Amino acid sequence: MTVRQTRRSGPSASGDHFVLWQGPSVDLTQQRRRMGERVIKAFLVGAALLSVVVTVGIVVSLFAPLTEFFSHVGIGEFLFGTEWTVGFGNKASWDDKSWGVLPLVTATFVMTAIALLVAVPLGLGAAAFLSEYASPRARKILKPILEILAGIPTVAFGFIALTVVTPLLGNIFQFNGIFNMLAPGIVMGFMIVPTVASLSEDAMSAVPLALRQGSYALGANRMKTTVRVVFPAALSGIVAAIVLGISRAVGETMIVTIGAGLQPKMTLDPTQGAQAMTGFIAQIASGDAPEGSPVYYSLFAVGSLLFLLTLLINMISIRLVRKYRQAY
Amino acid sequence: MTTTTVSFGERLRSGRRSSTASMVFTAVLWACMAIICAFLFFVLFTIIQQGVARLDGNLLDRQPSQIRPETAGVQSALFGTLWVIGLTAVIAVPLGIAAAVYLEEYADPKRWYNRLIELNIQNLAAVPTIIYGILVLAFVVRGPLSVGAVVLAGGVALALLILPVIIITTREALRAVPEEIRAGSLALGATPWQTTWKQVLPAAISGIATGTILSLSRAIGEAAPLILVGATTFITFNPDGVFSRYTTLPVQIYTLVPEDRDAYRDLAYATILLLIIVLLAMNAIAIWLRNRYQRRW
Repeated sequence: MTVRQTRRSGPSASGDHFVLWQGPSVDLTQQRRRMGERVIKAFLVGAALLSVVVTVGIVVSLFAPLTEFFSHVGIGEFLFGTEWTVGFGNKASWDDKSWGVLPLVTATFVMTAIALLVAVPLGLGAAAFLSEYASPRARKILKPILEILAGIPTVAFGFIALTVVTPLLGNIFQFNGIFNMLAPGIVMGFMIVPTVASLSEDAMSAVPLALRQGSYALGANRMKTTVRVVFPAALSGIVAAIVLGISRAVGETMIVTIGAGLQPKMTLDPTQGAQAMTGFIAQIASGDAPEGSPVYYSLFAVGSLLFLLTLLINMISIRLVRKYRQAY
Repeated sequence: MTTTTVSFGERLRSGRRSSTASMVFTAVLWACMAIICAFLFFVLFTIIQQGVARLDGNLLDRQPSQIRPETAGVQSALFGTLWVIGLTAVIAVPLGIAAAVYLEEYADPKRWYNRLIELNIQNLAAVPTIIYGILVLAFVVRGPLSVGAVVLAGGVALALLILPVIIITTREALRAVPEEIRAGSLALGATPWQTTWKQVLPAAISGIATGTILSLSRAIGEAAPLILVGATTFITFNPDGVFSRYTTLPVQIYTLVPEDRDAYRDLAYATILLLIIVLLAMNAIAIWLRNRYQRRW
């Protein structure tokens, strides 16, 4: 933002005619050092660098305890084992437990899949409606509804999944039991609808009007314009919105902890309860896990896996947007 | 010469081949929006219906009780929430705005380190909230700082959590300020910081305030990271400083889940209702600010 320009040109020296005089010869380069400015800039840089420090802190806090964890548990056993009995048995012993993390991972992915089945059609439908069909007045009323939905605390969603949605679904699909993966999955789907809808709507609104007008001029109706012109043009933004929705669902804690129970179970049946990765972390953290015990270390192992998964998902999303972004 | 008049208008507007498909499509889009609205009203209705009975003076005046849930309150959690959020705002707002000002007003976006910071903030915004709990558990509650499970730890956890959100929304607000304002200020001899402080920031204040309030309201409803930094303890006193033990409203709701007596369920719903009222009020302020002070250049 600093102005660094020098203009040194007076009457032309070479010819005998005068060119337009271009102002006095002033050197606008900074004359003195301003200490205040430098201190402030240093503070601003520091604040921006804090985010890097936080990332490094996250990586260190998650990965440092892993050396101890993996000196007792094989990496293969952890990643591919199908039984997780860390919460049981002798608290101080490494040997009487099964350390296969797959049950937690499958539970997370079953609930994420259910959430996506709810959130993708609803979110994209809402986005297309708001961007292509709704009048400005309808938009003004409907957009705050999405914002309110986004603002409801997840612990409230979890409580509703447990006390209202589960009994309702139990009646419809004929299953008993307090915990299941269906109810938290569906409620979590509604939780990520605002994310998917508002980001996709941004992407669709960014498609220039000229493309729509061209489509109309060729005789396409509104549906064809939306589906064949606007949707493909906004695809990178839409995919990024869905991917961000996935990473929010994978990392969501309260709904899956409250709604799906605390029983690690390797199952794809959504009418059964099964503990997710975040659910395990929350359970261990709210119970007692003495520092240095096997259970305490397992918290960091599951946390690292969760962090790496969401990081991977997020990098895919950023890459997709960069690669397929069309600048109009 | 004969002129042929083709009447497009009518045909273009209505008589198309796939008008049924088109109508079904419109109906489906309407249905999507209707289902979302129905779900929101269902959630709000459930919370109000179940919670309104216990939303009384006892809820605000009394402390949590494991013996008499019928008359117990959540005062310690209410004050805990106020303390934690106050601390969160004090930490996150100045740092977030400062980082955004650097990235938007000072940084050269072509430099690799600035791009790294940017990518890093994008990633941090998508890190699961519970991971921030692990971070603060490892560095603040235990480890180097070892302050224990106190208000300070909760405030730091939530501050780090909303920092990327504040940075991103503040940058958007700064970007909306037109370049001419900066150029005019610099041309009059103001230094970069004077330009930022006296021209750019005041011009962007409504966008910054809206984004900040929305991210703080997100922090109020957050329970996951606080579970890790010790908010789940049973507390029946109000915190009196940043080094006091604490609990917050969302965590209080979470601790009521395993209890299966109806009185606990009523208490939990009343607490949710209280929390929602606070959040809706904050959202309303943010929307009002946006409509009242938003400037289009």
